[in-house]
Amino acid sequence: MATKTVAFEIKRQANPDAPAVWEKFELEWRPGMNVVSAMMEIAANPVTADGRQTTPVTYDSNCLEEICGSCAMRINGKARMACSALIDNLEQPIRLEPLSKFPLVRDLQVDRSVLFENLKAVKAWVPVDGTYDLGSGPRVFPQQQEVNYPLSNCISCTCCMEVCPQFNEETGFVGAATIAQVKLFNNHPTGAVLKEERLRALAGDGGIQECGFAQNCVEACPKQIPLTKAISDVGRDVLVQKAKDWLRG
Amino acid sequence: MAAPRIIVVGGGLAGLAAVIKIAEAGGTVDLFSIVPVKRSHSVCAQGGINAAKNLKGEGDTTDKHFDDTIYGGDFLANQTPVKAMCEAAPAIIDLLDRMGVPFNRTPEGLLDFRRFGGTLYNRTAFAGATTGQQLLYALDEQVRRYEAEGRVKKYEGWEFLSAVLDSKGQARGITALDLRTMELKSFAADAIILATGGIGAIFGKSTNSVVCTGSAQSAIFQQGAYYANGELIQVHPTTIPGEDKLRLMSESARGEGGRVWVPRKPGDKRPIKQIPEAERFYFLEEWYPKYGNLVPRDVATRAIHKVVYEEGLGIDGQPMVYLDLTHIDRETLNRKLEGILEIYEKFVGDDPRDVPMKIFPGMHYTMGGLWVDFNQMTNIPGVFAAGECEYQYHGANRLGANSLLSCIFAGFHSGPNALEYAKNLPAAEGDGGHGAELARQAELNGKLLKNEGTENPFRLWRELGQTMTEHATVIRYNKGLKLADEKIVELLERYKKVNLSDRSQWANTSFAFARQLKNMLELSRTVALGALLRDESRGAHYKPDFPERNDEKFLKTTKASFTGDIAGPRFEYEEVDTQYIKPRPRSYGAAK
Repeated sequence: MATKTVAFEIKRQANPDAPAVWEKFELEWRPGMNVVSAMMEIAANPVTADGRQTTPVTYDSNCLEEICGSCAMRINGKARMACSALIDNLEQPIRLEPLSKFPLVRDLQVDRSVLFENLKAVKAWVPVDGTYDLGSGPRVFPQQQEVNYPLSNCISCTCCMEVCPQFNEETGFVGAATIAQVKLFNNHPTGAVLKEERLRALAGDGGIQECGFAQNCVEACPKQIPLTKAISDVGRDVLVQKAKDWLRG
Repeated sequence: MAAPRIIVVGGGLAGLAAVIKIAEAGGTVDLFSIVPVKRSHSVCAQGGINAAKNLKGEGDTTDKHFDDTIYGGDFLANQTPVKAMCEAAPAIIDLLDRMGVPFNRTPEGLLDFRRFGGTLYNRTAFAGATTGQQLLYALDEQVRRYEAEGRVKKYEGWEFLSAVLDSKGQARGITALDLRTMELKSFAADAIILATGGIGAIFGKSTNSVVCTGSAQSAIFQQGAYYANGELIQVHPTTIPGEDKLRLMSESARGEGGRVWVPRKPGDKRPIKQIPEAERFYFLEEWYPKYGNLVPRDVATRAIHKVVYEEGLGIDGQPMVYLDLTHIDRETLNRKLEGILEIYEKFVGDDPRDVPMKIFPGMHYTMGGLWVDFNQMTNIPGVFAAGECEYQYHGANRLGANSLLSCIFAGFHSGPNALEYAKNLPAAEGDGGHGAELARQAELNGKLLKNEGTENPFRLWRELGQTMTEHATVIRYNKGLKLADEKIVELLERYKKVNLSDRSQWANTSFAFARQLKNMLELSRTVALGALLRDESRGAHYKPDFPERNDEKFLKTTKASFTGDIAGPRFEYEEVDTQYIKPRPRSYGAAK
């Protein structure tokens, strides 16, 4: 009996300066298989479909539960997480490529540190006085928690940035993820103390006005974060802040 | 004297907690992590964090939390640090709340609490079903703030290889590998804190993340640190079996009313909804009427094993039982458990709001780890450890929602202690051992890259995982444990013929993995042999041939030290601090 197989085409690039090549793989199908388990299979037996020895594929991964945000890549052209990409739901051959908007490291691994730099620039934190015991935090009603919690679910996968037509070197746009974090921290009773600074950080070049309302971000987000709502809310606040700053001279 | 320099290795909850305390005290920190710290394994913790805040009018106290933790751990934990942790817990929750963790709330705007296994109190604060993620982010944000101020320098994408020890055996820094450029480098420090998490990878598939190999702990163990209670491995009762890993189904599913059952009739073919209540075997509720579905993890795991393997009642004859939430309304489920229900939906394809989940126990947590003193320091001066990588807080079994607490508490504790130690450290003689350690690591790297042979490291790893899961998890027999150790010795021998299919010097994951694998193999022996020597049953450690707890012989901490000899690690035993609560029999059939 012939075993059922799964066909992959993976874009390989040994380093940022090397040429990109496509390699084909043919793996034995197993129930419940996903893109990560397929790459683990390749690592244990790094041979291409035409029988040539190759190297294990380099890619980022960690939790494999779609909560650490590591394994984002383009799967059949779509930016998504590899761990939750079940083979049975994908058209074959399954084409794997690295995210295209970030500096390539090797194969499917890219450098996404720009997001963490952006979070630094907008001061995405609550400036607590200290870690010693200062009693309980501010009261937060469940209705408010239910607004903040989804924003706090952002896993920094950068899918929203990958699919955004405005996210490129020319605009220097910070991208949807960072803007949603601005909303989250501005919403927090203590975090709000830095609200003006965050809004000003989004007021200039690469800030919120670069958004072209393509709405790709909200569709690509694996966590269904209401990104477009966050962008419009923060956009309004940035305008108000600009007006205030102008009046103050 | 220059300000002390501290290196923290690992950016999960424990590592970040340590960094924050050091930075706050005016110190500077170099933080090393394989992955960007925001992607650390702490994000996977789902259910919550324990603290006896007593906000439900139940009369809960930190003393009761202390007692539950000691009793749940079957009296193997040293009581002084556990007591301190439970007493510190309420203030830790307040701090996290102030940092902006979106904890679930009561209508009045106060923190909400749920009930977890091994207690009768609503003691677990939670943020939906992604509490670990939310806690990690809160600490990550505070560290980013210190990073922006220049107090913290992150080395993300670097893997710890070893400690640099001077001629007196004191820590003077670390060696690490840049996983992108493959550059080997040593970094100076006056003290180092390892917060390198769990060891799931030595069991092949587990609930742990890819980076949880235990490689760092093993490296420091091979440099002379004691590894304590390695045999105490927690198998989580409810995981979702998968091709690449076992995905956790949080205890909070049972905390919110989830019921575990199997059809009373073996291989019952009827659709689930047509199986009447009377023909469902709610075995945890029947066997443990007081705690029901919320017995501690070791008890639930063994009960599921028994139902499946001894009574032959697994669903469709498979090793699986139902975890049923379908009697709870969708709105409540979405509000309290959405994150974990989505995981099930996404990775299995069924909606657990409509169909009971199919689950089975899977390796989840190591109670054992690096031996540390009450200041979190290992027996190597200047090497501290905090979090899952050390052994101190959970005895022979960890209670649900105590891990996030122990990570943060131990991190907070280790940071200032490391700083204090470093302040009193005399200057190093010569280069403090940096040259020699760099040379040793360079030799190891060079040899591995050039090694000729036929063994694929990923396939050796699979064999290790299979043998460890078979012999060293839920039920242990001495015969099986001996087989496991023989297998590890065989794998160590075959490792000498390991052949990298990738010899490049750029982002070479096979190379990094092969280095980890050697360390995994060495550490596995402490688990298998530690278990072999502990001829009793206690907490998660269960031997049918020795079904009783034996306090006279084994109310003791196992301490393994590395010998480099084929015979394996050397074992010795240390008295347990039981000064507050006298050991008593542990049983969850009735109130304790």
